[in-house]
Amino acid sequence: MRSSVQDRPPILELRGVGKSFRGTVALREIHLAVHPGEVVGLVGDNGAGKSTLIKILSGVHRPDSGSLLIDGVAVDLSRYGVAQARSMGIETLFQESTLGEQQPLWRNIFVGRALVNRWGMLRVAEEKRVTMEILRRYVGLQGRAITADTPVQTLSGGERQGVAIGRAMYFDARLVVLDEPTTALSLGEVDRVLTFIEQLSAQGRACILISHNVGHIYRVASRFIILDRGEMVASCDRQDISLADLHGRLLQIHAGGR
Amino acid sequence: MGAGILRTYRLQVGITAVLAVLLALFAVLSPQTFLGGRIYLSFLSTIPFIAILALGLTFLVIAGELDMSFPSLMAMAGLLFAEIYLRTASPWLGLFAALAVGGLGGFINGVLVVKVGVPSIIATIGTQFFWRGLSALLASGLARNIAAIRGTDFHQLMVGRVLGIPAQALWFLVLAVFLALLLNRHVFGERVLFTGDNLRAARLNGVDTDRVRLMLFTMMGLLSAFVAVLVCLEMGNWWPTQGEGYLLLVFAAIFIGGTSVFGGRGTLYGTCVGAIIIGIIEAGIISAGFSGFWTRLVHGLIIVVSVSVYATIFRTGRS
Repeated sequence: MRSSVQDRPPILELRGVGKSFRGTVALREIHLAVHPGEVVGLVGDNGAGKSTLIKILSGVHRPDSGSLLIDGVAVDLSRYGVAQARSMGIETLFQESTLGEQQPLWRNIFVGRALVNRWGMLRVAEEKRVTMEILRRYVGLQGRAITADTPVQTLSGGERQGVAIGRAMYFDARLVVLDEPTTALSLGEVDRVLTFIEQLSAQGRACILISHNVGHIYRVASRFIILDRGEMVASCDRQDISLADLHGRLLQIHAGGR
Repeated sequence: MGAGILRTYRLQVGITAVLAVLLALFAVLSPQTFLGGRIYLSFLSTIPFIAILALGLTFLVIAGELDMSFPSLMAMAGLLFAEIYLRTASPWLGLFAALAVGGLGGFINGVLVVKVGVPSIIATIGTQFFWRGLSALLASGLARNIAAIRGTDFHQLMVGRVLGIPAQALWFLVLAVFLALLLNRHVFGERVLFTGDNLRAARLNGVDTDRVRLMLFTMMGLLSAFVAVLVCLEMGNWWPTQGEGYLLLVFAAIFIGGTSVFGGRGTLYGTCVGAIIIGIIEAGIISAGFSGFWTRLVHGLIIVVSVSVYATIFRTGRS
């Protein structure tokens, strides 16, 4: 059974991707296609290769084998880095902080893709203006005195996630990759993140979500992919599996049986 | 808005106030010296050496790295300059060679830290010994007298007097403005700030942190060589321990200026004021009639008090 979104070409496709670190296989023969409007939930135990997979998509790691296609066109992996991934519409919210704690918000929004003139001088006024717009729309100022010059270290976890999400939205991501975006957030903040993912999907953007919380994934994902020790062991649509069954399946894998 | 600016620049305001208090104190203790102009012209000829070195090192500290080797690299670059000038009578060739060895030495530091993976404090202690040893070996432990260079156009350009002002102060001013723009308003400066703030986060944002640090080490080497040439010209001499006295003074200027040792934050203005504070204390003490032995003690006090203030008020400690 195929849903209608999958009739359109995939935004991103991995074909037979593998990756090893110093002889240890982290990923083996990964095939994955993500279509517009889809939310793919990536589940698996610690060490299953979820983060490695995400770092390949986002241009941090280079795969040893296989190919990566964006809009059906193979990407030159030797030139594929964070900046290239971003310029092709792939935004990643990593599990670890990608914010410079001591730096003001405006620098954090634009680091790695600063607005510059031909001499490489920053267009500070414009960066600050856009930052304020992002803050208003995605972070929720809640009466607090947050400005473009506020250093990140004074922000709460939810506000930081709002900055990261706002950044992804502003730069018009077509595929947003989120690695454990709900860890250490309050209930209200978790809800904001999950609502954001639902909005992405409604706008025809795609999303890949990693979470240890199967409940969070089940709420928003349209498809689940189970990774175990670097291999894809299962892929199923949401309507074909209940939350309890998905949970049971993961526990079974964890116990060693497939 | 005014209060916001004051809050943003409170560190700069604070350090400037410290300098003002020191100057006022010295003026009261020895009005003849500190209310006249000559002492300030003398400062303008000596402080730029500390200040230019401190500007370069501030970039490295902001990026989370250290360079302990620059005094020895100065000796090596200064020797090359003096020797080539003595043999060819061409100061330009000497300057070029000095900058080349300075840049190379800095680049080697960078490779050791970034590619080999040696922590910068250890790598640069190693290269500090190496360059000091190599320069002593090549010079057979003997000084080089280049007093004949005085009166040449080159000497005038580098350390001469322009309307009475020492040229090295003008060189410093040009470099300070350029480097301040680079740090605060150029995309390279932003990469430096994020590299020091959080190396992994910088990489995940697509910042080539290896390249940034290689460039900073190389820049520090180039600046060290430039200052070495200035010092040789000012003194009319190269000597085997040249540069040795600068190591702690330069670090003191940076940390008095309020740059965080943990990286990610720093101010070139603070560094410049720090260099001035470090540079005026000796004259202030001696002209007030105290023994020169007080100098180091007062340096020490000012360093300890200022970094304690930063740690308590500005919370610059590791949290």
